[in-house]
Amino acid sequence: MTAVLTISGLDCYYGAVQVLRGFSLTLERGEVHCLLGRNGAGKTTALKAIMGLVPARAGSIVLKGRELTRLPPHEVPKAGIAYVPQGRRLFAEMTVAENLEIGLMTRGKGDQTRESVLELFPLLRERLRQRSGTLSGGEQQMLAMARALCLEPDVLLLDEPTEGLMPSMIARIRETVATLGQRGVSTILVEQRVDAVLPVATRVTFVDTGRARQTVAVEEVRANPGMVMHYVGVT
Amino acid sequence: MAFGPHLLLAALEGLVTSAVLALTALGLSLVFGVMRVVNVAHGEFYMLGAVIAWWVASLVGGHPAVGFLAALVISPLIVGVIAFAAERLVLARLSYSPEATIVATIGMLYILQQAALSLYGPEARPVPPPFNYRILLPWFGYSGYKLSVVVASALLLLATWYVLAKTRIGLVMRATQYDRETAQAFGIPVGQVYAGVFALGAMLAAVAAVLIVPISQAHYLMGHDPLLLSFIVVIIGGLGSLRGTVVAAVAIGMADGIISVFFSPTLAKIIATLLVALVLVFRPQGLFGETAR
Repeated sequence: MTAVLTISGLDCYYGAVQVLRGFSLTLERGEVHCLLGRNGAGKTTALKAIMGLVPARAGSIVLKGRELTRLPPHEVPKAGIAYVPQGRRLFAEMTVAENLEIGLMTRGKGDQTRESVLELFPLLRERLRQRSGTLSGGEQQMLAMARALCLEPDVLLLDEPTEGLMPSMIARIRETVATLGQRGVSTILVEQRVDAVLPVATRVTFVDTGRARQTVAVEEVRANPGMVMHYVGVT
Repeated sequence: MAFGPHLLLAALEGLVTSAVLALTALGLSLVFGVMRVVNVAHGEFYMLGAVIAWWVASLVGGHPAVGFLAALVISPLIVGVIAFAAERLVLARLSYSPEATIVATIGMLYILQQAALSLYGPEARPVPPPFNYRILLPWFGYSGYKLSVVVASALLLLATWYVLAKTRIGLVMRATQYDRETAQAFGIPVGQVYAGVFALGAMLAAVAAVLIVPISQAHYLMGHDPLLLSFIVVIIGGLGSLRGTVVAAVAIGMADGIISVFFSPTLAKIIATLLVALVLVFRPQGLFGETAR
């Protein structure tokens, strides 16, 4: 397999507090790579660091041979990384169509991309003129993913996409992530709920105190529940 | 003059005040809404607009309309460039920290004011109106220019609404306003948007000043009242709300015009300030504003 994204020795700080310590990870084309760890382990910070939203003091982030580490944050998505933040962070006052338009504008995509995204999330087509803040939680998550997919990204970063959702909606999200993997989009998935992500994950990296402690194939995680217990505290 | 015509005259004066105030306050409101920066120097951009308008009109000469139209284009542009530079050189370097930017814009206020005093002088100077036409009503004649100020302001407010609501630039500005970090994650260069919005806010104040300077006069201390009234308007209307700004500007402007004519300008200011106090107590986000996220 080919590495799409390579993160090496990343150090990040919030003020004087170091939150990522030599964080390293390799993402293959089309894989769903899950980051698991306790609250405050550094999973969300790792995604923000990839997006340039938390500056890296050391280390490197390379996307398909292109160094992203020193790029200003608004250039990172243009390189081909899309981000679905924790809590969706939709532009709640804007309509569904306007949220999608923001995504399309990022990399200059047009109607064709919009149509293919709406095919993936047909429910949104009926809601285009609705204010996104008035959508249900599941619909908001769909819109957050749709907005990100409007970039036609090589890499998709998903931060706790199943948070607060019904089981049927979680299954829909898993299905979508799997479909994207088949289309060659690589995903880094941050989750607290192990059961929600293992069915779709290819590999798992356990994160603890700002370090990527161990990366294993998902089969190994299934075979060894103690590993999850050790790093996450629940199974 | 009978009460009815007297009231009409007061209302017309109030309408002119409202129109200019709406433009000025909209600039302040945009800057706060998008950048979360309280621009204490906003009144000085208004003053600069008037002073530069006098300078341009004096240089151009010829028919007053030519000088006025040149001022209407050149003055906001120069003010916009100054505001853009101030944003890049000062506010951006302070990382838009709310406290630091208030202090910085107070500094800008004094720098701009004293620069105007040094270069322009302490005199109040008029700019001739582009045309002299009196509309003859049955009870009194009224300045056609003053009414054209109302029309021009209304058109500019409509244009601003159109840009914000219907164009990609407006979409980018609104996205930055709602969530700066997410906007960056979608390729929006937030720093450039901030600089553009700060310049646009200052330009709106400058346009308002160019429109008013044939009625009042350009003076280096003329920025105080518009700043105070703009704060009153945006607090009542709701910071960042275009609709709230226009409604509050009309209310304050009309009240100012009518109360000033029938009672005294001081009473008008007292009532406006009381209204602000009531809004701050009972609806701190303003009549049309939203609670801070």
